[in-house]
Amino acid sequence: MGATANMIVFYILGTLIIVSSVLAVTSKRMLRAATYLLFVLIGTAGLYLLLNYHFLMGVQLSVYAGGILILFIFAILLTSAKGDKFEPRDKQKVLYGIVAALSGVAVTLFVTLKYRFLYPYNPTVAGDKEISMKEIGHALVGTEKYQYLLPFEVLGVLLLACAIGGILIARKR
Amino acid sequence: MIPMEYYLIISMVMFFAGIYGFIARKNLLAILISLELILNSVEINFSVFNRYLYPEHLEGMFFSLFGIAVSAAETAIAIAIIINIYRIRQDIDVRHIDKMKN
Repeated sequence: MGATANMIVFYILGTLIIVSSVLAVTSKRMLRAATYLLFVLIGTAGLYLLLNYHFLMGVQLSVYAGGILILFIFAILLTSAKGDKFEPRDKQKVLYGIVAALSGVAVTLFVTLKYRFLYPYNPTVAGDKEISMKEIGHALVGTEKYQYLLPFEVLGVLLLACAIGGILIARKR
Repeated sequence: MIPMEYYLIISMVMFFAGIYGFIARKNLLAILISLELILNSVEINFSVFNRYLYPEHLEGMFFSLFGIAVSAAETAIAIAIIINIYRIRQDIDVRHIDKMKN
């Protein structure tokens, strides 16, 4: 029962993600592309939930779907005076893009399906175990092996630099 | 149990949709959206490999976490640059942004 439900949810999410990601790069209007990107990001959050990464799902929803998407929509609305509705297609570029994407898909699909991934049946995949918040917190701010205080702090410095840089770049002169 | 390859195929389609958009689109914001698709598919792969192959560890999850934060920073800076370009040129078409060439 649980496995079938997981399968059904997985197929729904997979179809949503595939269709929306193709539409996000082919739709002519930027605002629609951003909306399809939102669907892709929400579907990805669903995949994280299916993989039992609840914390990752929360981060994905709040940072991507909540933060970055708003930035995108603001930027699109600010810059959509012209060049939005008519984006004349460069036939050669489109052809190059399709060739690159299709050849990449062919190679990757071949490798993925040919290689036998060896993984035992583990109950965590089926949704029986949730990583506790305590475990994540200890791993995030510990200094031992398999703990990530240093990347966490470096990331904080990166975000600070990013905020200062954003202000510096976008200010009025 | 859902086979691991299914997840990989989903993220592969997302990745190559991003590659297509990165090459074929003209609008800078559309290129940035393609970039987001690429980063997102990579993060899915990290967590899928973590969950299926090394379920007792947390490395892939933290890689995804840090990847999300880095891509948020990158998007913020890129959008600041794009808005600045728009303010100067009234246009964000990549074909017209060649002032620093030659």
